[in-house]
Amino acid sequence: MSDLTEHGPMAESDAPIPVANIDDPHLREAVADPHRAERSIALCLFLGIVGVAVFGAAYWQNWKPWTLGLSFGAGLFFIGFGMSAWGKYLMPQGPFSEARHALHSSRAERDAIAAALVERTGVVVRRRSMLLGLLGGGMGLLGIVSLFPVLRSLGPLPGTTLDKTNWRRGSLLVDSNGRAIHRDELQPGGLVTVFPAGYQNDPQSQAVDQVVLIRAQTTALVTEKGRGSWAPAGYVAYSKVCTHAGCPVGLYERELRLLVCPCHQSMFNIDDGAVPQFGPAPRPLPQLPLYIDGSGFLRAQAGFDQPIGPGFWERS
Amino acid sequence: MSPVTLPRTQRQAKAARGPYGRVGQVIEELDDRLGVAKAGRTFLDKIFPDHWSFMLGEIALYSFVALMVTGVFLTLYYVPSSTTLIYHGAYTPLDGQRVSEAYASTVNLSFSVRAGLLMRQMHHWAADVFLGAIVIHMARVFFTGAFRKPRELNWTIGLTLLILSLSNGFIGYSLPDDLISGTGIRILFSIVLSIPLVGSYVAFFLFGGSYPGTWIIPRLFIIHVLILPLIIIGLLGAHLFLLVRQKHTQFPGGGRTEDNVVGSPMYPTFMAKTTGYLFMVTAALVVLGGVAQINPIWQFGQYQPDKISYAVQPDWYMGWLDGALRIMPSWEFTAFGHTIPFVIFLPAVVFPGLIFTLCYAWPAIERRFTGDNEIHHLLDRPRDRPKRTAAGAAVIGLLFILLGASATDVLANFFQVSLNEVLWTFRILVIVVPIVVGVFTWRICLEMQGGGADIGKRKRAVVMTRSATGEYTTSETAPHSDDQREELEPIPVPVHIDLESSDTGDGSGVRTVSR
Repeated sequence: MSDLTEHGPMAESDAPIPVANIDDPHLREAVADPHRAERSIALCLFLGIVGVAVFGAAYWQNWKPWTLGLSFGAGLFFIGFGMSAWGKYLMPQGPFSEARHALHSSRAERDAIAAALVERTGVVVRRRSMLLGLLGGGMGLLGIVSLFPVLRSLGPLPGTTLDKTNWRRGSLLVDSNGRAIHRDELQPGGLVTVFPAGYQNDPQSQAVDQVVLIRAQTTALVTEKGRGSWAPAGYVAYSKVCTHAGCPVGLYERELRLLVCPCHQSMFNIDDGAVPQFGPAPRPLPQLPLYIDGSGFLRAQAGFDQPIGPGFWERS
Repeated sequence: MSPVTLPRTQRQAKAARGPYGRVGQVIEELDDRLGVAKAGRTFLDKIFPDHWSFMLGEIALYSFVALMVTGVFLTLYYVPSSTTLIYHGAYTPLDGQRVSEAYASTVNLSFSVRAGLLMRQMHHWAADVFLGAIVIHMARVFFTGAFRKPRELNWTIGLTLLILSLSNGFIGYSLPDDLISGTGIRILFSIVLSIPLVGSYVAFFLFGGSYPGTWIIPRLFIIHVLILPLIIIGLLGAHLFLLVRQKHTQFPGGGRTEDNVVGSPMYPTFMAKTTGYLFMVTAALVVLGGVAQINPIWQFGQYQPDKISYAVQPDWYMGWLDGALRIMPSWEFTAFGHTIPFVIFLPAVVFPGLIFTLCYAWPAIERRFTGDNEIHHLLDRPRDRPKRTAAGAAVIGLLFILLGASATDVLANFFQVSLNEVLWTFRILVIVVPIVVGVFTWRICLEMQGGGADIGKRKRAVVMTRSATGEYTTSETAPHSDDQREELEPIPVPVHIDLESSDTGDGSGVRTVSR
C-alpha cells in the first residue's frame, strides 16, 4: 500500500461519517415476521430455479415455443420477485436521506468560464480576422462539398421518372399471369387488375403500372367530357395507385360503383372519372384510354395523360 | 425610433447581459439548470502535454472516426449475402460470372457508386492505419512506463481495444467474399476446429454448420458493423474518460512534476491543434484511398472453395499469426481416438493467447519484480528501464520476424531460393532474433544512461577555433530560441486576460480565482 496521505486528502467533506448501531430501528426489516417473509422469498427463488431449469430442458428437447416462453418467463419472474421482495421486506427500510446540493456553480466559477470563453477567444482572434474568415469559409465549403458523397452517391436524380409509366400507345392489357384480356372476359360489373404486357412480373413496374379494369353496366360509358372513346364496350381503366398516399386502391364497392382505398378510405366514383367522393385523396385516379384491337383484345390508346399517384413538387 | 433612445436601450440591454455579454447569459442559463460552469471550465483548462509521442493515440482515434464515417457509407451499398447471382455490372471483365451478392455489391459500390471506390479504399486504409497507430501508441505507453499505477486499468482497456480492433479488421476484410478473404475464412474455420474438446462444436455454431455454409457472411457483417463497434465505442469512451479522470502522464523536466501536468490547455490551443490533426489524419487517409489501390477484389475474383491463388497474405496486423502458422512444425497428436492438431492449435490459438496474456499481466509482473506500488505520473525514459525496454523490444522483434515469415513463399520466389531454406531461416530467426534484440537493447540502454541533464533541449553546436599559435579553443553557440522559451515557469491557465492593457502592474499578468 502506498502512503495515502502523500497524495492529498481522501475525504473532501468535513461532514461526520454517520454511524449506526445494528439495533438501530432504521436498520430493521419492514415486516413483522421476517421468518415468514424469508420462507416466501426462498419459495420464490426456488420456483425461479425450477422455471429456468424447465426452460433449459425445454430448449434441450426443442419443445414448443409456448413452453419456452412460460418456463423462462416464470423463472425470471420468480427470481425477480424474490429479489424485490427481499429488498422490500427484509432490507433496512430507513427512512434514510441524501442531501440535495445546489446544482449551480458559484458566481466566480460562472465568471471564470465566461471569461475563459470570451477573453481567451479574444486573445485568439485578436488581429486574426483574415485567418478567422478563411477558416470559416473553408469549413463552410467543406460542409457543403462533404454532402456530395453522402447524398449524390445514394441514387440517381429523379428527372422525369415520376411522370412516366410503361403504358404506351398500343400496350396490350394483361393480368398478373400475363393473359391478355378479351372483350368478353368480364361480365358487366366485373373487375381485374391489369398491367402492360411484359411488365406484369417486375415489382418496379407493378408499382407504377398497376391499373384496375372494370366493365361498366352500360356499354356507352363516358366518364368525362372529351373521353368519349376511352371506354370501349363499357371497359374503363384507372390507375390503381391512390392519388393520396400511393396505396393500391384495392377495394371495389360494386353496387355503389366506388373504388375504395383501404389505407385512408378515399373513395373514387367509377362512372364519373374516378373523382374522389370521400376521403383525403386530392385528385381523381388518372384514366387509361382503351381500345379493342382487331382480335378483340383490349389495348391502351396511349399512356396516362398525367403522372399517376400522390403529389410531388415537380408534378405539373 | 428616435436616434436618442436607440443607443440608450442598446446600452441598457448590454448592461443587463453583464460583462460577458451573450456568452455570459448562456452560461447563466445553462448553469442554473445543469450546474456545468465549474466542470466546464475545468474541461476548457484541461492540459494536454505537448510531447509528440502523445499524438499516436490521436492518430488511432481519428482513424476510428474515419472508419465509422466511411463504414456507414459502405453499409448503404454492401449486401451481406452469400446468395449467388450472375454478375452484370460496371466491371465488364466479370460479366457473366457467377458471384455472391456480397462480392457483386462490393464490386458495384467500387465502380458504380460515386466516390464509392474512394470510400472503400479509405475504409481499408483507415483500418490498417488504425491498427498501426494502436500498436505504436501501445509501444509508447509500454516503453515509457505509462501503464504503471494508477493506469493499469486503462492499459487493460487499451489492450482489449487492440484485440477487438484486430478481430474486427479481420472480419471486415472477410466481408467482400473474394478469393483471398474467403481463404482467410477457410483458415479461420480450421483454427477454430483445432481447439481440443470443443473445436468442432464452436466452429459449427459460428458458421451455422459445416464450412462454408451461407450464414458466415451475414453473421460476420452484423458482428463487424454493430456488435464489435458498439463494444469498441464503449471501451473507447472508458479509455478517454479514464484519461481525463487520471490526467495525462508526462516526461520529467521543464517544471513537470508528479503534481502537475504541463502543456497546452484544451481551449483554445489544443482544440485548434487536435482538430487540425483530425483533418490531417483524414487527409492522409483520403489521399491513400484516392491514389493507393488496396484490396482490388475484382482482380482476385469471387471466392470459390476449390480455387486459390499464389501469395495469399492477410492484412499486416494478422501477418504474425499467419507467419506462426507457416513455420510451425507439423505436429499432430493422436491418442485414445482423438486428435489434437498442435500444428494449428499452438501457433494460432495458444501463441496469441500467451502474447496477449503476457501483455495483460505485464503491469502486475513488473510490480512483482520491482516491488514498486507507487503512483506514477512522470514517464520513464526507455533507457532508464533497460530490462523492460529489452523485454518489449524482444517481443516486438519476435512479432516482426513472424510477420516476415508470413511471406515465405514470396521471399523464396523473389530471391530464387528454396522454400525449405527460407522456412528454416525463419525457424532459426524466430528464436535468435528476440534474444539478440533483447540483449542488444539492454546493452544500448545501459550505454545511453548517464546523460540527460539537458532533456528536452536541443544539442548546441560547439565551435572549435585554432589560433595562430596552433592553440585550440572551444566555445558553445548560443542556446536555441525555443530552448530559451522553455525556461519559462509553467503557470496555471489565467482566468482573466485583460485585452485592453498590456501591463497589469503585478508583473506576472496572472490573477487567480479559487475554484
